[in-house]
Amino acid sequence: MWDGIGDFVAMGGHAPYVWGSYGAVVLLLGLEAALLVRRRQRAWTRLARQARRSTTARHPSTGSES
Amino acid sequence: MNRRRIPWLYFTVPRNFYWLVQRLVPLIWAVAAVLAVAGLYVGFFVAPPDYQQGNSYRIMFIHVPTAWMGMFLYALMAVYAVIFLAWRIKMADVMARSLAPTGALMTALSLWTGALWGAPTWGTYWVWDARLTSTLLLLFLFLGYMALYAAIDDREKGARAAALLALIGVINVPVIYFSVEWWHTLHQGMSISPSGGASMAPSMLAALLLGTGACWAYCAAVTLRRAQTELLEREDSTGWTRTVSTDDAPPAPRGVAVPTGRRN
Repeated sequence: MWDGIGDFVAMGGHAPYVWGSYGAVVLLLGLEAALLVRRRQRAWTRLARQARRSTTARHPSTGSES
Repeated sequence: MNRRRIPWLYFTVPRNFYWLVQRLVPLIWAVAAVLAVAGLYVGFFVAPPDYQQGNSYRIMFIHVPTAWMGMFLYALMAVYAVIFLAWRIKMADVMARSLAPTGALMTALSLWTGALWGAPTWGTYWVWDARLTSTLLLLFLFLGYMALYAAIDDREKGARAAALLALIGVINVPVIYFSVEWWHTLHQGMSISPSGGASMAPSMLAALLLGTGACWAYCAAVTLRRAQTELLEREDSTGWTRTVSTDDAPPAPRGVAVPTGRRN
C-alpha cells in the first residue's frame, strides 16, 4: 500500500495532522504512566520511613541504624 | 455479619484490592500492548486510504477510542460516585478519584486529535458545534471534579462534594453521544450506531475496535494502579501495608470471605 518509508511518513500530505495526533497520544500516555510509577514509589518510601521511625521509637537501642 | 456472604465486597477491602491489582495489571498491560500493536498495524498497513479524506482519516483510529473512553470513564466515575454516596464504600471513592485524571487525559486527547483531524477535513481546528462544545464541557467536568476534591481540606467532605458533581455532570454524557443527532453539527454523525451498524470498510472497523480495546486496557491498567497508589497514600505504616512488600501482597487468609473491618 505504501510506496516506501518516505511515502508512509508523508501520509499523503497529512503528516503533521496524523503524526501530531499519534505523537501526542504516545507522549501523554507515557508521561501519565511514568508519573504514576513515581507516585507509587514515593508512597512506598513514605511508608517505609514511617515504619522505620516507629521501630526506632519503640526500640531506641536497636532500630536507629537500620 | 451478613457481609461475610457477599463475595463482591471482598475486594473493597484495601488489602484484598491491592492483591488483586498486583495480579491483574501486568495481564492488562499485555493485552493493551498486543491490541495496540495489532490496531496500529491494521490501521496503517491494512486499511486503505479514504476515498475522500485520503490518509488524514487514520486519525480516527485514535480519535474515536479516546473520545469513547472519555465518556465511558465519566459514566463509570458517576457509578462509583453513586455507590460511594449511597453506601459510603471507601473503595468506590478511591476508584472514582482514580478515574478522573485518565478520563480528563482521554477527553483532552480526543479534542486534540479531533482538532488535528478537523483542520485538513473541515478547514478549521475548532467550531462551537454541539459535539465539540459538549466534549469540552466533559473535560471541564473532569477537571472540576479533581479541583473540587482537592480544594476541600476535609477529605470526607471533599469526596462527597466531588461525587455529587460527578453525578450531576453525568447528564452531559448522553448529550455528547446524541449531539450529532439532536443538533445540526459540523461533526459527522455516528459511524457506528446501535441501530445502523457500522458504515465503513471491515479493515477500518477492525482497526477502530482494536484501538478501542487497547485504550480500554490502558485506562484499566492505569486507573487500577492509581487506585492502588491512592490506598497506599491513605495508609500509615501500622496497617495492612506492613504485610505487603513493595512487589507483592500476600493472598488473603483462607476461609475468610470478608475481613470484618479490624486490621490484622
